Amino acid sequence: MRSGLSVNPGLPVNSGLPVRPVLPERPVLPERPVLEMANLRVRFGQVAAVRGVSLRIERGETHCLVGESGCGKSVTALAVMGLLARGAERRTDVLRFQDHDLSLLTERGMARLRGDRMAMIFQEPMTSLNPAYTVGSQMTEVLARHRGTARRAARVRAAELLARVGITAPELRLGQYPHQLSGGLRQRVMIAMALLCDPDLLIADEPTTALDVTVQAQILRLLQRLQRELGLALLLITHDLGIVARMAHRVSVMYAGEVVESAPVRALFAAPTHPYTRGLLDCIPVPGAARRDVPLGSIPGVVPRMVPGFAGCAFRDRCGQAMAACAEAVPLRRIADGHAYLCRLAEDWGKAA
Amino acid sequence: MLRFLLRRLALAILVCLTVLVVSFTLTRLSGDLAVAIAGPNATPEDVAIIRKNYGFDRPVVVQFTDWATRAAEGDLGRSYVYKASVADLIKERLPITLTLGLTGLLIALATAIPLGVLAALHEGSLLDRAIGLLALLGQAMPSFWLSLVLIIWFGLKLQLLPISGVDTWQGYILPGIVLAFSAIPALMRLTRAGMIDALAADYIRTARAKGLSLATIVLKHALRNAAMPVVSIAAVQLGFMLGGSIVIEQIFALHGVGYLAWESISKNDFPVVQAVVMLLAVIYIGLTLLADAMNAVLDPRLRAA
Amino acid sequence: MRFSARHLAALLGAAIVGGTLAVAIMAPLLAPHDPYAQDLMRRLVPPEWLGGTSLNPFGTDQLGRDYLSRLIFGARISMLIGILTVVTSGTIGVTLGVLGGYFGGRVDDAVMFVITARLSIPLILVALTVVALVGSSLAVVVATLGLLLWDRFAVVARTTTMQVRNLDYIAAARAAGASRTHILLREVLPNIVSHLLVVATLEMALAILLEAALSFLGLGVPPPLPSWGLMIAEGKDYMFFSPWVIMVPGVALFVLVLGINLLGDGLRGLLGAERGQ
Repeated sequence: MRSGLSVNPGLPVNSGLPVRPVLPERPVLPERPVLEMANLRVRFGQVAAVRGVSLRIERGETHCLVGESGCGKSVTALAVMGLLARGAERRTDVLRFQDHDLSLLTERGMARLRGDRMAMIFQEPMTSLNPAYTVGSQMTEVLARHRGTARRAARVRAAELLARVGITAPELRLGQYPHQLSGGLRQRVMIAMALLCDPDLLIADEPTTALDVTVQAQILRLLQRLQRELGLALLLITHDLGIVARMAHRVSVMYAGEVVESAPVRALFAAPTHPYTRGLLDCIPVPGAARRDVPLGSIPGVVPRMVPGFAGCAFRDRCGQAMAACAEAVPLRRIADGHAYLCRLAEDWGKAA
Repeated sequence: MLRFLLRRLALAILVCLTVLVVSFTLTRLSGDLAVAIAGPNATPEDVAIIRKNYGFDRPVVVQFTDWATRAAEGDLGRSYVYKASVADLIKERLPITLTLGLTGLLIALATAIPLGVLAALHEGSLLDRAIGLLALLGQAMPSFWLSLVLIIWFGLKLQLLPISGVDTWQGYILPGIVLAFSAIPALMRLTRAGMIDALAADYIRTARAKGLSLATIVLKHALRNAAMPVVSIAAVQLGFMLGGSIVIEQIFALHGVGYLAWESISKNDFPVVQAVVMLLAVIYIGLTLLADAMNAVLDPRLRAA
Repeated sequence: MRFSARHLAALLGAAIVGGTLAVAIMAPLLAPHDPYAQDLMRRLVPPEWLGGTSLNPFGTDQLGRDYLSRLIFGARISMLIGILTVVTSGTIGVTLGVLGGYFGGRVDDAVMFVITARLSIPLILVALTVVALVGSSLAVVVATLGLLLWDRFAVVARTTTMQVRNLDYIAAARAAGASRTHILLREVLPNIVSHLLVVATLEMALAILLEAALSFLGLGVPPPLPSWGLMIAEGKDYMFFSPWVIMVPGVALFVLVLGINLLGDGLRGLLGAERGQ
């Protein structure tokens, strides 16, 4: 059993603040990964939004994709789901979901997987549900589509899921319209809807960003619980390192369309190596450790646009350690137990005294 | 919502009263009605008798209140030409005009909505442009001329459809098409714009993430939301179409209310004219109210508010 | 900005409208014959391309009048109706709309009421009645249409004025103590004029179509004036054997209205692009 996955019950839930990573490492499972991608690239016309992202997510694993807005983390998720906007061009060496090679699937084939084997929830609970239909109608249509479930049975299943995501009086909610629900409730409905068909992979794109802090904590706890109970592979996208610390087994830090550092969560917080990762962690106030007279760290500059002909490290203009060679191709360096980063610097830079 | 509807109702009643005044005043524009009715060969004595018989010698305000009170009771006066009750005349002919209007609206919606959806789905493509051009062409087509062209082609050259009268239901097809033509461009543009907005909405992304089929996404999720403004404009368009059917009824010899109005105008039959003007205005006002109510039914957010 | 199909369409529209205007102005110079001169020996001669002669390139009507000349003089009527109606209705509608949009409150309620009342009145029926009672002449048609077609001007002027009045520089002008008239004429009007131009094209097209429809029903411009609508009405009885008698004026009407719509569509596109930047 996955007894090693239990969470310290005394852990305070607050996403805005950094929480020491207390989650134990995921046990190594012999199965093939639920999701595996290598060198995923997405372009919108001339602009490259994702530039060679590689990830793998195992069953029961929470993989956090973290980075500033516009770094390509949402686009990566949409590319997996086949939900990219028209005009986007997706290329990849490997894009495998369970036994399906997603790069070969047609839109029809993708639609068969979406909502069934792989599901996604979004940042905007207020607008992600159709205002014209009841919660019940929007939930049962998923079962009708993928399972051919009859209306009555589908409503029973929908009510069951609503109860599971902590909604009281699920029967009542099934008959209500989205505008009658609060943001937190709507996000719970979205989660319940995503889980109707027992998916193997759940992608959550900033699921709590638009919510109040207290509601955020509830939703995160819910996701964590469901993930454990259902053995979901969870790809959680966030810009909040507090959430990463709280939720992740594994983290990939994205910058300008690339994963610049990827590591088990404990290793990342213990030994951040890429200058960008270190910069991000410096931006977080630590209660007790932050001093009023020492300003919080910040990363100067802006993310460059990835136009054709761009080469070298995308972070070099904002990096305190930049050197001339950073304009050339950057090596991917590996540290022990699956910790890798994309930089010229040695892993112990800045620390050697 | 109720407050809003009550406010709209109050406005509608006020507009009705205004229209009542307008349609009454309209027929007094020529100055002396008695002279117009008596015709060019009448003697001054004839005119005086007519004036007395029709009550034109009373003050205008009295004439108006008299007419308005009777109208409110359903008595629209008597036709000078037909020597019959105006209400009966209209009752007899309204079904034809309503059938024609509804046929036209149905054809318009059946054409405009698919075209608008198609254009929105392929926004910016050649198909979208072609549909947009089609709308422009439709807008520029004079309806009476289109009627004649259709009569020549379908009625005479192909001999497919009847070109005058409504002895069979096929008689409504050609005039219905012509009537639809005037409403198609507006309805189509509105459908297209609404669909483009709807297709870009977050809930469509959710629908796609749920793996729904393209047909379900477009027809159930997007069109339902895009349809709300289309429905309200369709009701208003029906009002315009009923008003505009006067030309088409005349060309296709459909003896509806429009034809009656045209006849009455040419024959100085004023009670009929003012009754038809008022009737069409009241129908239009009723349709706009209906549109508001339908929007309230279609949009659950409005229903609760 | 990229030169697109939209520009091409607008350009085509401008060419059609400009061309028609030029033809209307220079009608006496361009027309090969007197548009009113009857020649009963040469009735319903087909156009040159249908086996007629170069004497009457577009053929003749049922009274032997030269169709091309009538068409050319007909352009005068259409353009005159279109322009004069737009000027009249534009003045009424813009005044109402700007007042309602700028002052809001009771004034706006009144304006909205008048617009609603106007929209509920059946357009063609009332126009027909007025012309029938007052007598048919070009002036009556212009006055009637001008008094009826102002609704869209009012609606658009009202909403755009509402948007404009809250802009910073208008507020600044008000704060600086500029007079209301000054603000309305110098600050508000120039800012909404581009939107009104689009409405003007729509209304001009509508006015031309309505005049043709009224004349077709015999209650518009009186004969023997060569209104295109009247030409179609007069040709109606002969259309089965000589279809060109309704095709020639019908196509002319269609092309002119299409040109005006293309121009308006182009204007709207350019405005939209401007706003999008």
